[in-house]
Amino acid sequence: MEIINQSTSGTLESSDIQIILGPNKQGIDIDIRSSVQKQFGEHIDMLIRKILSDKMIENAKVLAVDNGALDCTIQARMETAIYRSIGENQRVDWGVVE
Amino acid sequence: MINRVKREIPEEVRGNNKVFTGVHTDCKVVQRTAPKVRPIKLDEEKWVASIEEVIDKLNLSDGMTISFHHHFREGDYIINLVMEAIAKKGIKNLTIAPSSLTNVHAPLVHHIKTGVITNMTTSGLRGELGEAISNGIMKEPVRLRSHGGRARAIESGDIKIDVAFLGVPSTDLYGNANGVKGKTICGSLGYAQMDAKYADQVVLLTDTILPYPNTPISIAQTDVDYIVELDKIGDSDGIGIGATRFTTNPKELQIAELVKEVITKSVYFKNGFSFQTGTGGAALAVTRFLAEEMKSNNIKASFALGGITKPMLTMLEENLVDTILDVQDFDKEAAISLGKQERQIEISASYYADPHNKGAAVNQLDVVILSALEVDKDFNVNVMTGSDGVLRGAIGGHCDAANAKMTIISAPLVRGRIPTIVDRVNTVITPGESVDVIVTEIGIAINPKRRDLIASLSDQGIPIYTIDALQEKAYGITGKPKPIEYEDKVVALVEYRDGTLIDKVLQVKQ
Amino acid sequence: MTNLRRTMMFVPGNHPAMIRDASIYASDSIMFDLEDAVSPFEKDSARLLVYHALKNVDYGEKELIVRINSLNSGFGFDDIEAMIAAQVDVIRLPKTETAQDVKDVEEVIESYERKLGREVGSTKMMAAIECAKGTLNALEIAKSSKRLIGIALGAEDYVTNMKTRRYPDGNELLFARSMIIHAARSVGIMAFDTIYTDLDNVEGFKAEVELIHQLGFDGKSIINPRQIKIVNEIYRPTKKEISHALDVIKAIEEANEKKSGVIALNGKMIDKPIVERAKYVLSLANHS
Repeated sequence: MEIINQSTSGTLESSDIQIILGPNKQGIDIDIRSSVQKQFGEHIDMLIRKILSDKMIENAKVLAVDNGALDCTIQARMETAIYRSIGENQRVDWGVVE
Repeated sequence: MINRVKREIPEEVRGNNKVFTGVHTDCKVVQRTAPKVRPIKLDEEKWVASIEEVIDKLNLSDGMTISFHHHFREGDYIINLVMEAIAKKGIKNLTIAPSSLTNVHAPLVHHIKTGVITNMTTSGLRGELGEAISNGIMKEPVRLRSHGGRARAIESGDIKIDVAFLGVPSTDLYGNANGVKGKTICGSLGYAQMDAKYADQVVLLTDTILPYPNTPISIAQTDVDYIVELDKIGDSDGIGIGATRFTTNPKELQIAELVKEVITKSVYFKNGFSFQTGTGGAALAVTRFLAEEMKSNNIKASFALGGITKPMLTMLEENLVDTILDVQDFDKEAAISLGKQERQIEISASYYADPHNKGAAVNQLDVVILSALEVDKDFNVNVMTGSDGVLRGAIGGHCDAANAKMTIISAPLVRGRIPTIVDRVNTVITPGESVDVIVTEIGIAINPKRRDLIASLSDQGIPIYTIDALQEKAYGITGKPKPIEYEDKVVALVEYRDGTLIDKVLQVKQ
Repeated sequence: MTNLRRTMMFVPGNHPAMIRDASIYASDSIMFDLEDAVSPFEKDSARLLVYHALKNVDYGEKELIVRINSLNSGFGFDDIEAMIAAQVDVIRLPKTETAQDVKDVEEVIESYERKLGREVGSTKMMAAIECAKGTLNALEIAKSSKRLIGIALGAEDYVTNMKTRRYPDGNELLFARSMIIHAARSVGIMAFDTIYTDLDNVEGFKAEVELIHQLGFDGKSIINPRQIKIVNEIYRPTKKEISHALDVIKAIEEANEKKSGVIALNGKMIDKPIVERAKYVLSLANHS
């Protein structure tokens, strides 16, 4: 997928993460500012990279301002930002029930 | 050297201290020290016009130890005012020995940087100050002591106070002071009583001078050298900041409800029992829930102890509690009440919690409810450093009161993404051997050595987990946090109440 | 999962902390809201948040319900697809006016169950009635689908539609409540009462729960965990009810042992409704 527009998802509230996702010329640039940086900063970085690669996104700029979001919240906020960034007519693929 | 709670205390910082060997003190006899006294002349006055002037009279000089109390908590003006005046005089290398420090004491960072302060002992470190110390701003490690431990250290001479600067809500011109009269009241002066008795020189700072003799006499004229009158010594509303709001947070209420269940279903819940609760929303809710249960079961408590709050006063007024032993007041209402209520008794830090006297009030406690930043699988509790390893808490009377017959730690399983029940706490403040029950929002864990409690609390409708199961649940929600990285430098040493070293705090890696 | 639905706790669908913490409270079911609690600009984000929470957070034995947006809102189809992919237990329809509303949603549910490989019929439904028309159609709505576990009153929109407001005594809701409980009972499904928003008025809340308990409702939608204990206490059976229920069950067991066809207790015949009632009472007693 191609990131076309800059988009925002999530909030700055406790247990949430705000994602600002935009296009990038070359590769993935991630900037994380987390209230749990020391304990989970690297983990969040890896998780965001994985979500991007699962969606076949190779070029993107991500600013993540985290206030202690759980993985499932980070996943949801990232996917929201991705679908908001890839333009019209892109529907979420909910896959099949495992 | 590795101590009993498996913490290494490096030889080079250990000095003459022994390391922690257990909660039962093996100390047979202690020799107390006594202060130097400069007898007053018959016609001498104690009133001095300003802090600057009193510093000159005291011959305050490089290398001395000065002390303060923290009864005004977040409303304290004294420490910053006095330190600023001292810094202006160019005095250096001081040891400060306040009973505790709070967020308002951030200006101390500057005095550390400029070499005015080079040593420190305290119960609490928060905010910018805690952060600066965790980042290695001080050359010498801070000595962290509990309230009972500080009283012991003052008596034994481990803390030798040259000058005590004590803010008092009112005094007469001869030095009879209390915390219940005046413009800025704080209630009990229990911690300051230690300084008044043991410091070589005692300065009272007040904004209310009353006619002689000012009673009740919490600090006596026989111990006071000088009196300085200021415009304002503090802000009474600051006493209760962060401590007194009754919570509407459903998670805190659920924890409080479970704490109440544990207490009322234990064997200790009977006529004449005694208890201590802490501050914070959950603790206040526990007090209220407990009061309801005591009413409906017709049970009265003999005494309540510790930091006193409004809900405890209500229990006193409703005759659910016979006596409050009051070492510190956590809100303005409690401070006012100390001056009116005959059954609310001011006690000193030694009386409250000192392990090396002939009997402290904590020794008589049945039930205590304490909080935690972290609890680990050995039931060790940390109330001093955050999950990021930074100093941001206070020991208070935690490890002192934890030797009650039933010690309950109430804490949420997770805070945001931070697990509270962990593999290993960052800093051991209260050893697991003195902790009995951990209460979280999903259920409780009981220290396996308390088989009696496991038996009596089982099948009572309280969800019971092992501590390992609670820890797994917490990590299941948050994921496993990466351990905090530290430098080698020791920034603080933690004394157990008897003066043995229980843990160290290292500088955090940037 | 128990057969109890005394408390159905509303959780706003775009609030990560509340979604995470919903697991720790003792409500019988959790109802994640994608509809009124979520602004039109955040529908996509709430849908993904609830989807990932349902797939990852351990909610134990609680029944999980999601209130979707209506089909004509432009969000309903996506909501249904996402929630079926997340294997939600129950889909709650908002603002149901006719039996056809239920049938329309059921059709969409079925198509996604097929598409996503879920067993057809495994997703249950409940319908919220929130206006005069829906109230008058309550019986038809209750009969409209085998998937329906119950019907619920949504009073906030209902009183607006009726050109009134909520009063402490609840008289403005008496007709709707009566219609809904009768419709539900005549079809054999459950009936749920509306939310009570004044959290600090504990006495008012108690009075309302006592009223709906008296009317026969199975439970109440709640908006805060603090309300759970109050509802459960009012729904707790009396000692007399419990001991009668135990007697009924005992009589049945004895009759089964003796292979006796006719079952009687204290000279009274015990039929199926009495047995079901006894089981329900014991279930309430065990969970309060």
